[in-house]
Amino acid sequence: MTYHNPPTTPRRSATFDEYTLSEIRRAAATGIYDIRGAGAKRKVPHFDDLLFLGASISRYALEGYRERCDTNVVLGSRFAKKPIELKIPITVAGMSFGSLSGPAKESLGRGATIAGTSTTTGDGGMTEEERGHSQTLVYQVLPSRYGMNPRDLRRADAIEMVVGQGAKPGGGGMLLGQKISDRVAQMRTLPKGIDQRSACRHPDWTGPDDLEVKILEIREITDWEKPIYVKIGGARPYYDTALAVKAGADVVVLDGMQGGTAATQEVFIENVGQPTLACIRPAVRALQDLGMHRKVQLIVSGGIRNGADVAKALALGADAVAIGTAALVAIGDNDPRWEAEYQKLGTIAGAYDDWHEGKDPAGITTQDPELMKRVDPIAAGRRLANYLKVMTLEAQTIARACGKNHVHNLEPEDLCALTIEAAAMAGVPLAGTDWVPGKKTF
Amino acid sequence: MCGIVGLFLKDKALEPQLGALLSQMLVKLTERGPDSAGIAIYGSAEPGRAKITVQSPSPSRDFPKLGSELGEKIGALVTVTVKSTHAVIDVPEAKAQEAREAIPELRPDARVMGAGESVEIYKEVGLPKDVVQRFGIEKMSGRHGIGHTRMATESAVTTLGAHPFSTGPDQCLVHNGSLSNHNNLRRELKREGMKFETENDTEVAAAYLSSKIAQGQGLGEALESGLRDLDGFYTFVVGTKDGFAVVRDPIACKPAVMAETDQYVAFGSEYSALANLPGIENAKVWEPEPSTVYVWEH
Amino acid sequence: MNLSTPVAVQSREVNYAPRVFDLSETPLRELNQALHNVGEAGDEPAWEVLNPKGSHAVAVGVDKAVAVNVRGSVGYYCAGMNDGATITVHGSAGPGVAENMMSGTVVVKGNASQYAGATGRGGLLVIEGDASSRCGISMKGIDIVVRGNVGHMSAFMGQSGSLVVLGDAGDALGDSLYEAKLYVRGSVKSLGADCIKKKMHPKHIERLRRLLERAGITDVKPEEFTRYGSARTLYNFNIDNADAY
Repeated sequence: MTYHNPPTTPRRSATFDEYTLSEIRRAAATGIYDIRGAGAKRKVPHFDDLLFLGASISRYALEGYRERCDTNVVLGSRFAKKPIELKIPITVAGMSFGSLSGPAKESLGRGATIAGTSTTTGDGGMTEEERGHSQTLVYQVLPSRYGMNPRDLRRADAIEMVVGQGAKPGGGGMLLGQKISDRVAQMRTLPKGIDQRSACRHPDWTGPDDLEVKILEIREITDWEKPIYVKIGGARPYYDTALAVKAGADVVVLDGMQGGTAATQEVFIENVGQPTLACIRPAVRALQDLGMHRKVQLIVSGGIRNGADVAKALALGADAVAIGTAALVAIGDNDPRWEAEYQKLGTIAGAYDDWHEGKDPAGITTQDPELMKRVDPIAAGRRLANYLKVMTLEAQTIARACGKNHVHNLEPEDLCALTIEAAAMAGVPLAGTDWVPGKKTF
Repeated sequence: MCGIVGLFLKDKALEPQLGALLSQMLVKLTERGPDSAGIAIYGSAEPGRAKITVQSPSPSRDFPKLGSELGEKIGALVTVTVKSTHAVIDVPEAKAQEAREAIPELRPDARVMGAGESVEIYKEVGLPKDVVQRFGIEKMSGRHGIGHTRMATESAVTTLGAHPFSTGPDQCLVHNGSLSNHNNLRRELKREGMKFETENDTEVAAAYLSSKIAQGQGLGEALESGLRDLDGFYTFVVGTKDGFAVVRDPIACKPAVMAETDQYVAFGSEYSALANLPGIENAKVWEPEPSTVYVWEH
Repeated sequence: MNLSTPVAVQSREVNYAPRVFDLSETPLRELNQALHNVGEAGDEPAWEVLNPKGSHAVAVGVDKAVAVNVRGSVGYYCAGMNDGATITVHGSAGPGVAENMMSGTVVVKGNASQYAGATGRGGLLVIEGDASSRCGISMKGIDIVVRGNVGHMSAFMGQSGSLVVLGDAGDALGDSLYEAKLYVRGSVKSLGADCIKKKMHPKHIERLRRLLERAGITDVKPEEFTRYGSARTLYNFNIDNADAY
């Protein structure tokens, strides 16, 4: 009779998990780091960890659908002769032409316009598709200055000086050669088919003291009419917000680490920058310390998905939010109808993030003329408008339940947190307690 | 992140105007730094005497009897010249160290801004025009001086956080830029016994140079070492008893313009700071090279 | 540029006397607004700007073929985004002179600070003195002619256009260069990553001859220059080039 030792169950390492092992093999085989879009995918404390308290006896709620709860927001009232007024506090974030197809940019413009909000250009310049179809268009000035010109500066409704992005605060970018089509190459003044490297610092200024002079130049060129936004990645939000204000910004755009349709190294996306939730209170505190809260508006982006996220960001002190990934999903990105094609690319619908490679079956993050035909800008624009309106209704519903006649009247005190981490980051009490971890900081 | 200026006079005839010239240079750069401003003026040293500049948050309480009390304590003749929140204490050189140690005992709230044979340092929160006015800088004469107007990046907007930073006798430093390894360096310097008053990156740079000079390096040599050990973006202007020095980091992004005539050498973060200097039309105007140490001495 | 050069003179009645702005008396805002208000180039062809004293953003965003003479030295971004004007600085220029120029001509009689002609897309920038670091950074079609020397990292990531240097170039010339063409008459302290010396073919000599002519330079010959350009080894990522990143 043979005796078998009882076998132990095969045990996978928590440290060397399946994803990690596959990444080691991939790096060893290809000799290039993994580049992708879609922002941080790791789990970080987020708006889901916050809850609204609502009203019952101590506070009175507003009647849904009957009693007014306004959602409009004015951006750029500090210095600009022509501030922007949006119907809803949700804007569409900057995503480049080049990264996105022409029809995708048109869809964003159409959707935002129906919903009464703005959309934003990106690294690569302004296209007719988006200018023509966007009632309110924010023109980004990026380190690369691809497609930058004074004619478009004057055609824009606001100008956004991009210092950083949530996906990669402190980093530049790279658009792989296969996406540099004739049109993209021409707009960026680059040879077709080469990798395009985007710089991390602006070519003609470094630091807030120089930025102040740069902002003066842009204001002079546009005759002080247009609001000037400054966009920062979630790196050191207190200092960066304060310095953007000191440099003369009308609006600060703050992008947390879950943000980022921009392609960059996976290691960068997942390991640099702070969660959106952790960035808002320090930024708001900087504005308050300078007496500029609500005078210089704060737009928060990075992982905004629904009206609750919108309401929570506003309650923490933002004036508006911006959506990127969610807008792409609304116009058809990662749609299960293309599942078979996603699988051919070695991924699945819902996980596709190689937006920089130009093979997007949904026709959104591509320059392939055949694939981009899959985007119907009118239908996709309608879907985005529907989605923006739903988010707005959701935010209003919550605001009314908290007794507010404007979504901007939501306060941190309307919130509690489900986890100690979220309570500490958002500066609100842990649910059922009056304990705000690390309260003295705020 | 800031605007910096420096002026080194070759022509003695200009010395009565040093304060006025330096003040208008600094005021020109106001927009580069609205938070605080400071100036160090190097007058002519009186043999055997030393100066200590102190600042107090309550000057009317701290300064009136300071001269007599300090004189009694160290057993020497002491004169105190009060200018707003600052006082310049004149003591015999041999008693200077003793006086420095006595000041915190007598006036715990007062802070020593700097000390040496010739330097006087004035700095406060506020705009350059207000700061130079409150200390009467425009009427001061001297042989050379440096100035700074600050847009604070990460450390607090306070008097102590204003530049110039002085960490050694007659040494002071102003900075435009942002260091990226100052926390580690501060820890090392603290272990070596250097004392720090702020969390400011510039104070680390100043202390680093003082430490190198204390170890026997010359100013130029200390700045060369700094190019190796200080990481980040910087343009420094450094004042010493006999002159001043300029250095930019290897990337050299932060702006710097210099002008030289038979009468002076001037430094500004922008040309506008130099635009009203006498004879600027015919001055040699250039930008200092990266990683290059420039030193002028009387 | 010389004011005697005819500037888009129309046949109808126009005011030929230059419009004068003294920046010691008139705010910068009024100058730039007036320049932006020009209806047609022929309406107000000549402008004089006095006492700039290092002011920033002088004559920025001009989009008509007017001639602007700035008498003195300017601060940051003079002639920024110029589109068709001829702007002459009779002094030195601060950082970013003629940044992102679209078309037209900018002449600096003195020295230029860092980032001269940054990201410029067209037109001609002539610097009669020296240019400091990063001259022509990310240039995208502009032609830059520097009579003196240029500082370190000049033409960094230059995409298109030409940088002509009659004097010497500093460290890391043409680092990460794309298709910009560099011609240096003097020495080059060091070349940046992916920038190499190239042969001057007759077409390059001809191109350079025309460019020097446009810049009004007659005392040097195109044959005296060395051409530099991209080796194009960094155009598509290869891990064996990692040292260059």
